[in-house]
Amino acid sequence: MAKMNLLQAVNNALDIAMGEDEKVMIFGEDVGHFGGVFRATSNLQEKYGRGRVFNTPLTEQGILGFANGLASQGSVPVAEIQFGDYIFPAFDQIVNETAKWRYRSGGQFSCGTLTIRTPYGGGIAGGHYHSQSPEAYFAHTPGMKIVIPRNPYQAKGLLLASIRDDNPVLFMEPKRLYRASVGEVPEEDYELPLGKADLVKEGTDITLLAWGAQMEYLQKAADRAEKEGISCEIVDLRSILPWDAEMVCQSVMKTGRLLITHEAPVTGGFASEVAATVQQECFLHLESPIARVCGLDTPYPLAHEKEYMPDELKIFEAIKRTVHF
Amino acid sequence: MKDRNHLSNVGLTHKVNVIDNGLVDIPMLQILQADGLPHAEAELPDIDKDTAIKAYKTMQFIRVLDERMVAAQRQGRISFYLASTGEEAACIGSAAALKPQDMIMSQYREQGALAYRGYTTEQFMNQMFSNEKEPNKGRQMPIHYGAKELNFMTISSPLGTQIPQAAGYAYGQKMAGQDAVTICYFGEGAASEGDFHAGLNMAAVLNCPAIFFCRNNGYAISTPADEQFAGDGIASRGLGYGVKTIRVDGNDLLAVYQATQEARALAIAGQCPVLIEAMSYRLAAHSTSDDPTGYRSKEEEEKWRQRDPIKRMATWLTSKGWLDLQEDETYVEKMRQEVLQELKRVEKVPICHIDEIVEDVYDTPPWHLQQQLKELKEHIAKYPEAYPNTSGRL
Repeated sequence: MAKMNLLQAVNNALDIAMGEDEKVMIFGEDVGHFGGVFRATSNLQEKYGRGRVFNTPLTEQGILGFANGLASQGSVPVAEIQFGDYIFPAFDQIVNETAKWRYRSGGQFSCGTLTIRTPYGGGIAGGHYHSQSPEAYFAHTPGMKIVIPRNPYQAKGLLLASIRDDNPVLFMEPKRLYRASVGEVPEEDYELPLGKADLVKEGTDITLLAWGAQMEYLQKAADRAEKEGISCEIVDLRSILPWDAEMVCQSVMKTGRLLITHEAPVTGGFASEVAATVQQECFLHLESPIARVCGLDTPYPLAHEKEYMPDELKIFEAIKRTVHF
Repeated sequence: MKDRNHLSNVGLTHKVNVIDNGLVDIPMLQILQADGLPHAEAELPDIDKDTAIKAYKTMQFIRVLDERMVAAQRQGRISFYLASTGEEAACIGSAAALKPQDMIMSQYREQGALAYRGYTTEQFMNQMFSNEKEPNKGRQMPIHYGAKELNFMTISSPLGTQIPQAAGYAYGQKMAGQDAVTICYFGEGAASEGDFHAGLNMAAVLNCPAIFFCRNNGYAISTPADEQFAGDGIASRGLGYGVKTIRVDGNDLLAVYQATQEARALAIAGQCPVLIEAMSYRLAAHSTSDDPTGYRSKEEEEKWRQRDPIKRMATWLTSKGWLDLQEDETYVEKMRQEVLQELKRVEKVPICHIDEIVEDVYDTPPWHLQQQLKELKEHIAKYPEAYPNTSGRL
């Protein structure tokens, strides 16, 4: 085991993947010699050469188009989009090409080897364009897998699994935790399963569900609730698409209550999808309405960031409302 | 421009004719030599003393503002800053050659153009402290200025998006019969975005009176220009789109002024776009989040420090008898004091009322935003100490 922050865990996973398979290539804006603006790709160009780790021109649309072609040829691209907020010029390439390549060719061709890495989320005084959580846009896209780790251990295991999975994966990294989240990480190669949630803590009164950076607020809110005698079951979804409905529904059938929290705006957010499925599968077990604690339906603000955030206090209040419904 | 839409207009060749990069050599307009004296063969631009002095003083002001605000960010007083050191002449020389009614659509390193238009120190500070006096209501990161009264479009971070937008804005100006153009600033990195290609092509095809002003400053964060493009800079692309093109020394204010004057005249007279590529160097870090020591040498930076656009202009102004160096020093000191005083004063101004969080999403907040605001205010009232910037004014 080694102590790593989330960035080091990502870097370590990339290093292992590149060392094991020479078809793995890493590219994006500033990822070469500089190692990326967050340094997630530090020292990889030095180790594996400019042919396999390289800067691209500044064009997200180009990066993903190039990555799609490279993946369809059989290489294993790991493309970086510098901020999730800047992924939208590549929306066409991802939604219409990456995700549909296999289906439209009847399985003759695919972009299954592609992994797209991008930092997401707020809490860093980044305003509209360095804070968004765009997972729901992509969750509406059949053919994509979406994975979001909450700590260094998950980041390494899930990223290795994503790179090796034979489906295109959008791997979203919680940038607020890049350096803040530090933990013990096995130095050897390991994978964590895609499409499976993580039962963080068992409880009996309410199921609390989140993913990525939001797990931190969720756990703090649960600590407050526990002090008031509310027993919380905490689940980290880890994979947004496909998502582990089985574990979530089993948990809700046990606790009878569900709270979902994410930073993205509430309307059309992934919590809505979870809530719809849970009410269908667990209708007779529910003892209160499913609660959503999410971002406001506004662009991500700057001066009012603190007020916008679905923070520990907002989650704590919603836990109490749900349990005492 | 040649019309090559029809096959009949295409010349013939009977052996394989490979055209490569080297065929076109686009020269760079330079009026002032590095030492500040005009080239003997150069024709000086039509610039009066007041304009020249105003442009020069704006460069000095921006140098002071940039230095002070980088320091303020280091002290944790503002969250972010982005300096334009070394590129002052490109932005200010071009802005000086425009008319006030011309729209400016900038990227994010054109504070010089905004200052030339009359944006005050206090206004700069209001924006950087995201306070309630800032017209963008503190919704964006520092340096994302916008001033409708100065015809300066509010800045958006995503790169290159303003390029096709400028074509559209200029088309509207043309249709309204205005004596006005739109200038669109961007870097050589942003010119790799698809929006650049869409924007130039549309502006050319639709005859939009827009000036596309590329600051080729050598770097996009850490990525040097030679990893950004393989062709002859950005200027060579103008020809491909049928856009009149000028390459200019971006560290020579007189050359930038002359090029932009000419571009404006062409855009108005021909109702067509013009591309200007200003060759310069980003002496500053990309932003306060960046450290250039990881990707370029001190020697390289020093070479460009020797080509300081402010010194070059000062030498010329002094030779004309238009600038007194003693007075210049006094002015710079006065600006330092003004920036410091405004910074201290403005950092105490509160942020906007919490009601503003749902304003301007639409023309009026729909029911769901009103409801979300109501719930938010009830929550803040319950935990006032957790939201100190807004809880006192619910």
